Amino acid sequence: MKSSKIEFPKELYDELGAFIDSLETTSGALIEILHRAQEIFGYLSRDVQLYIARKLGIPGAEVYGVVSFYSTFTTKPSGKHTISVCMGTACFVRGADKILEKFKERLGIESNETTEDGLFTIKDVRCIGACGLAPVVTVDGKVYGRVKEEDVDNIINEYRGKEANNIDKVLR
Amino acid sequence: MVDSKGNSELSTTISVKINDQELKVLEGITILEAAHEAGVKIPTLCHLDLHDFQMYNKTASCRVCMVELMDEKNNRNKLVPSCVTQVQDGMVVRTDTLRAISARRGAVELLLSNHPNECFTCPKNLECELQALAEELNVRKIRWEGERMDYPKDISSDAIVKDANKCIYCRRCETACNEIQTCGILSGIGRGFNSFVGPFANIPMVQSSCTYCGQCVQVCPTAALTEVYHTDKVWEALNDPDKHVVVQTAPAIRVALGELFGMEPGTIVTGKMVTALKRMGFDGVFDTDFGADLTVMEEASEFIYRLNNNKTLPILTNCCPAWVKFIEHQFPELIHVPSTCKSPHIMFGTIAKTYYAKNKGVDPDNIVVVSVMPCIAKIAEAKRPELTKDAHNNVDIVITTREFGAMIKEAGIEFDKLPDSEFDSPLGETTGASVIFGTDGGVIEAVMRTAHEWLTGKPLEKVEFEELRGLDGVRRATVKIGDREFNIGIASGLGNARMILEDIRDGKADYHAIEIMACPGGCVAGGGQPYHHGNNEIIKKRIDAIYEEDSRKRVRKSHENKEILELYKNYLGEPFGQLARELLHTHFEERERI
Repeated sequence: MKSSKIEFPKELYDELGAFIDSLETTSGALIEILHRAQEIFGYLSRDVQLYIARKLGIPGAEVYGVVSFYSTFTTKPSGKHTISVCMGTACFVRGADKILEKFKERLGIESNETTEDGLFTIKDVRCIGACGLAPVVTVDGKVYGRVKEEDVDNIINEYRGKEANNIDKVLR
Repeated sequence: MVDSKGNSELSTTISVKINDQELKVLEGITILEAAHEAGVKIPTLCHLDLHDFQMYNKTASCRVCMVELMDEKNNRNKLVPSCVTQVQDGMVVRTDTLRAISARRGAVELLLSNHPNECFTCPKNLECELQALAEELNVRKIRWEGERMDYPKDISSDAIVKDANKCIYCRRCETACNEIQTCGILSGIGRGFNSFVGPFANIPMVQSSCTYCGQCVQVCPTAALTEVYHTDKVWEALNDPDKHVVVQTAPAIRVALGELFGMEPGTIVTGKMVTALKRMGFDGVFDTDFGADLTVMEEASEFIYRLNNNKTLPILTNCCPAWVKFIEHQFPELIHVPSTCKSPHIMFGTIAKTYYAKNKGVDPDNIVVVSVMPCIAKIAEAKRPELTKDAHNNVDIVITTREFGAMIKEAGIEFDKLPDSEFDSPLGETTGASVIFGTDGGVIEAVMRTAHEWLTGKPLEKVEFEELRGLDGVRRATVKIGDREFNIGIASGLGNARMILEDIRDGKADYHAIEIMACPGGCVAGGGQPYHHGNNEIIKKRIDAIYEEDSRKRVRKSHENKEILELYKNYLGEPFGQLARELLHTHFEERERI
């Protein structure tokens, strides 16, 4: 990650290192370690992946191969608010794809990307178990049910509004 | 009966039927292997079996080898991939049912539906295994149209081009890179349709720890991995009246080049090769073997110097630039162990731009040194910053054996009809010792021939060190010189090298000298050689040819090469002396491992 390189504090690496050391064996434990790393760091940066590779004595490419295979892992920091659009069957037949497209269009990013201002990340997720409310969108865990295309702007503005208020407060 | 891996003990024989042929085969072998015994050809693509070099790819990912297992009684015939399905007693296999034929053809059609239609201009045209299968399986149209991969080509490195759009995901390159070479550069990235093979974080190849050994290129069935081509640069130089263009050919070229012109593997074509180069218009046609003899002089001297002065032992040979890059990335703590000698073609380049330039009265700036190499790593080696001296590159252009073959064809030379010629003088005289640099174990044997005579002061009667020869990836032998015994190690393949290096690092090794070659089998099986298409026997025939060429030579010890002796007398002074060290030795760098 040449641009926007973020150095994580040593304590976080120590925490991950201690977790790896606590494992009885590291063979077959890569996925578990990656999950833990993502919890600690928020995402799996290049440096974190290389740290894991070297700690386990395996090639970086092998770690990256696994990270890139599972959609649960992310290599980019998430935005302040994560918009998850459920693409489960029930939501999909009720037009979740159109909702997702609208979010992408309005924010100018693709799934798993973050807006330049660092405010939003869009994710398309599998069934979240709220099929009765299909199509469902969650923002940071808050559930929006029976979402229509015209609701998308309102949802985005709700969070933009919150940010504006925060800034106002700070400025005052 | 012995299976392909040489296992004959404790094996039971079972009966199978393949296309109505009853046969007895060993339990545990695959349908593919059994069919081979029955003389039935099953096409394969991802499958790779170089058993003498322990290189196997059994991913069963391409589905090109599907056959039908017959169970008509229960109406339960089924298709299975023959490369990974083991035979069982009473098994009835058919390769010629409509279902099996369409399954195989369908697999190829699916691959082709997402493969660029650019065979005319593809570097693998007529060498592509996918193209050959399309012909062999009678594909006349591609029934499916759909999404196609669209990735940019990675042309970041000096040596390897990666074109992910031509990747068929057979994983042979991963097997070569990760299991055989243990470099771990390549991995499957992503999932589903969008997956491709690439390095960590999909960084450009040049930023990775790739050694450029080229084994991935050698085993890639398509043109997803190829070398960086430089033939145009050679033609330009040859057509520039101001340039004095000299060429050198590595030892391994002469036993493989003929294959590109339909000759039997292992045919020695040294004389024809020299004639071809002369007809192409090179101003001097020389032999990297001369550089190899020079390397022996320097390396044997360095070995004796280290031995007599209690300096670091073992000494590691470093003719192989992929191996050099491997130690720099993977074992930076050991970079003081290899010999400091430049590799033979780089030594040759240095001498061409100094001694030769002076003798010929040519400005070194106008000399272009072209190396024909069996190797891809040599392309990148020639561009290493420390291998330029006084603003002269040691070597200007490196082309592979394959590129050389293409140039001969371009020039309209009918190679098989060429008469023989001799290399030019004074950098063309060579010995048997230098020829065997082309196979693994050869460099250390050549060094031992010279070290033996220098240490004992007596002529060496039997020059063959049989104990240093063989096909095993790691070999160990004790060589007796006078009343001293020397432990010699040989490793070919970087995975094998890793084992030896770990022993050295951990203080568990008692070697005096070690030869390491990145490619399993040595330079004859290099990444730049004619494609062996997974045929083990081709590599073995090239190795045999190398030893035959050695045995035919009148002079078989490097220190008896008259032109080498003149070079020292008239120019360099003592071997491993001040000028020799300045010109013929180099240094290494610690590098990051990614």
